[in-house]
Amino acid sequence: MALGGHLLTWLIFFPAVGAFALLWLRGDDEQWIRNLTFVVSIAEFLFSLFMLRSVPIGAPGYSLVEFGTWITAPAINYHLGVDGISLFLVLLTTFLTPICVLASWHSVHHRIKEFHVTLLLLEVGVIGVFLSLDLFLFFLFWEIMLIPMAFLIGIWGHERRIYAAVKFVIYTMAGSILMLVGIIWLYNASAINGAAGTFDLPTIQRALHDGLIVLTPREEIFLFLAFFIAFAIKVPLFPLHTWLPDAHVEAPTAGSIILAGVLLKMGTYGMIRFCLPLFPDAAHRAAPYVSALAIIGIIYGALVALVQPNLKKLVAYSSVSHLGFVVLGIFAFQNISMQGAVYQMLAHGISTGGLFLLVGMLYDRRHTFEISEYGGLSTPMPRLAAFFLFVVLSSLGLPMLNGFVGEYLILLGTYQIHWQWAAWAATGVILSACYLLWSYQRVFFGEVTHQKNRELPDISAREKWMLAVLAVVILWMGIGSPFFTRRIAAPCQAVLEQMNRNLMHEVAVPGVTGPPDGALRENLTERLALR
Amino acid sequence: MNSLNQVMVGNLLHVLPEIVWCGFGVILMLLQPFVKSRQALTFIAMLGAAFGTLVSFFGLAGSGFSGLIECDTFSLFFHWLIGLVTFLVILSSDSYLERENLEAAEFYALILFATAGMGVLASAQELLTAFIGLEMSSIASYILAGYRRDSIKSSESAMKYFLLGSFATAFFLYGIALVYGVTGSTNLAAIAGADPSRTLLRLGLTLILVGLGFKVAAAPFQTWTPDVYEGAPTPVTALFSAGPKAATFALLLRIFSTVHAATAFWFWAFWILAVLTMFVGNLGAIVQSNVKRMLAYSSIAHAGYTLVAFAAITFVRPDPDAVAPAYAAVLFYLASYALVSVGAFTVISEIGGSGERHLSFDDFAGLGTRQPFAAAGLSLFLLSLLGLPITAGFFGKLYIFTAAIKSNLLWLAILMAANSVIGAYYYLRLIVYMYMREYKGTLPADTRPGLSPTAAMVVVVASLITLYLGLAPNHILGIVLSQPLILSTR
Repeated sequence: MALGGHLLTWLIFFPAVGAFALLWLRGDDEQWIRNLTFVVSIAEFLFSLFMLRSVPIGAPGYSLVEFGTWITAPAINYHLGVDGISLFLVLLTTFLTPICVLASWHSVHHRIKEFHVTLLLLEVGVIGVFLSLDLFLFFLFWEIMLIPMAFLIGIWGHERRIYAAVKFVIYTMAGSILMLVGIIWLYNASAINGAAGTFDLPTIQRALHDGLIVLTPREEIFLFLAFFIAFAIKVPLFPLHTWLPDAHVEAPTAGSIILAGVLLKMGTYGMIRFCLPLFPDAAHRAAPYVSALAIIGIIYGALVALVQPNLKKLVAYSSVSHLGFVVLGIFAFQNISMQGAVYQMLAHGISTGGLFLLVGMLYDRRHTFEISEYGGLSTPMPRLAAFFLFVVLSSLGLPMLNGFVGEYLILLGTYQIHWQWAAWAATGVILSACYLLWSYQRVFFGEVTHQKNRELPDISAREKWMLAVLAVVILWMGIGSPFFTRRIAAPCQAVLEQMNRNLMHEVAVPGVTGPPDGALRENLTERLALR
Repeated sequence: MNSLNQVMVGNLLHVLPEIVWCGFGVILMLLQPFVKSRQALTFIAMLGAAFGTLVSFFGLAGSGFSGLIECDTFSLFFHWLIGLVTFLVILSSDSYLERENLEAAEFYALILFATAGMGVLASAQELLTAFIGLEMSSIASYILAGYRRDSIKSSESAMKYFLLGSFATAFFLYGIALVYGVTGSTNLAAIAGADPSRTLLRLGLTLILVGLGFKVAAAPFQTWTPDVYEGAPTPVTALFSAGPKAATFALLLRIFSTVHAATAFWFWAFWILAVLTMFVGNLGAIVQSNVKRMLAYSSIAHAGYTLVAFAAITFVRPDPDAVAPAYAAVLFYLASYALVSVGAFTVISEIGGSGERHLSFDDFAGLGTRQPFAAAGLSLFLLSLLGLPITAGFFGKLYIFTAAIKSNLLWLAILMAANSVIGAYYYLRLIVYMYMREYKGTLPADTRPGLSPTAAMVVVVASLITLYLGLAPNHILGIVLSQPLILSTR
């Protein structure tokens, strides 16, 4: 095993080491700061590729597990592990971070050292969230990541940055404090027969399986909500999305890329990892409402994006719409749709990250996000226009590109449960084509309406390489999707099986002892399908 | 005669720290005419604080003075906490006294007397002894609050504290009288066996709770807090928010862990006090434009969080296994809050400049670039007050949450969670000012380029402890969980 069996620890804390090294550089030594950060983030990406070797294809469960006791009362363990779902989310994070560094190469000019330290610390928090298998450790990283993100928005953002930063923190905080109450409740519930409680996710899951922990339906709903609201704020699910447009518009380009690319995924990841397997019954009961909200989010986000005069806000609302698909896919409780949801998380991270990157490039040149300020840009900068079109097409789900696979799988899975939901959600696909192509047309086609736009320089070598890498990944994800789905499928199936087994157990308890017989199982499957 | 002497000496060993603290206070007053060097006086005072704290280890365990004083792990913990707080406050006062041109010797003597009073409070096993401790710390505090004689605010602070404080003391004393009337004793162990249904006993206990509620600034007895905290010299404010509060909470804990009547009777009182105090503190803090005043309100809020744990204890009392973690939660929380509060007020005292005129939020704008060290320290303390992970405040809150949920006080836990979010707003606001806003206007001419060395030392020590408690809370928790005496008396 690489790095003495501590690959995940290295992955989490290597950026922190980099940040610490940065502290010793002089604040005005711009070139070195940027170079060092870039090298650290690239090295981190290469490290993370090691994980690919260790995660077996087609087998559920966690790999590269690390376990150590940290605090004894209450028992908090340093428990890390990676499976097919978190694997790619970590890869996405480590992939986007160097892009963020490059994206801010010429657009961040003040407090450069602090900026890069913050960026690396953010990476620490995000990777920690994806790799933690201890509820408490998870919560810890979840909270720690808030502060660097708030600083990224609040210090290096645009005009209303402070308002946006505070709004972002308060929203997330409100959700996560409730989650903390839920976590502690679960901890107390896991203390059975005088034994101490535990925050350990696999242990709690096993105990819930075996019926060692019995939650009353009311408790389960409460706990589900405590977790779910925190995640829904992060996603963000309609109607908790109002912090997102502000945060995105005010954040610097790098902040937007990380925010859209990775941070929003922490919410959907949490749903898959915690809400479904821990509280399956409550999840089933909540599914119609959640799906309704997700569909509203899809359509509402798309409609608002359609009428946005602000290009960055448009992309932000498109995120609301796209993440609605992910939530819908998760709460359809189908393997296909859940695979699609995970895939869509990755695809959205790349495409929307790319869109924010491109919008940031436009901003660097013209210092405005207003669509009306642009027009006919393909004349002065044909290459940027070409890349922009490519990313737009991937975002709206053109077949062969990455956006298509996720949306298709989600719609396919949802259709099997509820064709109406799929139909409603499909309108979101059409709308996304409308707002993206229409805005593209207004920005890049037609006559150059503003004199200033005539002289805009086309992409530089640095920008070209970033975009080229993104384009390759987009294309590869569109064509070579089995590379991903092969690894995602097994953990998704594991989540679903866990849900069903739990449900059977609860049903089986009042009646006969022992496992439910075949008839009951069939009956249940039928009932599940009907929900 | 000889044996009487031995008994006397043995008794004195129970109050060894208090004797040392008072002794050093007296020495300081005697030295005042002869020693002109402020640093020397600071050094002696620190020596006294440290020495008193250290000797608490060698004091006799068990009860002394025929059961008036109880020296157990519990009181040892509070002696250490109070001693450490005093030590840090004295250290941070040095540059303050120089800047404000105030007499050092009396100031330190008063602080040490107040500390001795708090020590008595923490180990009192009898109500009148507690009263003496309360008065010792209060009277010294009244003078300390008005120590900046030429400042109107400081005088107002002292006057207000004195008037309202006396009033509260009267409540406390009246409560003792009623309890004595019913039970015929002021000793907690003796009161413990009294019939809890006696109305007079309940009335007496209520009055005692009111008196102590005043001292810990629990709503609705908190109205004095913002004015007093704002007017008092900042190092004194640091002491107020940490020392007397912790000591009074210690007495509260001791009273109702011993007196069954109080425990069962006070649950709803604590519940209501906790909720009121949290909301009053947090909502009050939001609208403040003065940082010192904001921290004063925040101190009220934190008293509210502590009271949540009290509600949890009174609720689950019949089950000792569930009580122990809740006790531990209170102790841990008080320790974490006390140190963070001293650290925060120290930074503020330095930034305030001469006459403490520069304490508005605007004065803290751009501090992150002007004084990176001070800003980083203050941010850490604010994040701890907010309860963010890897700081002491996080585990403090976590333990209280756990205690509340363990006692099935779900609503209280949720209200506390809501309050933490309100708290996040104003703590972050200050951080936002420090790091995200530019300083407007010109800096006052007497601005120092950084913290004074002594204040920097306080900030470093407090930060290290904050991080230590946030990364490895086990050790302290082990100590506070191993305080068997208070549990065995029940």
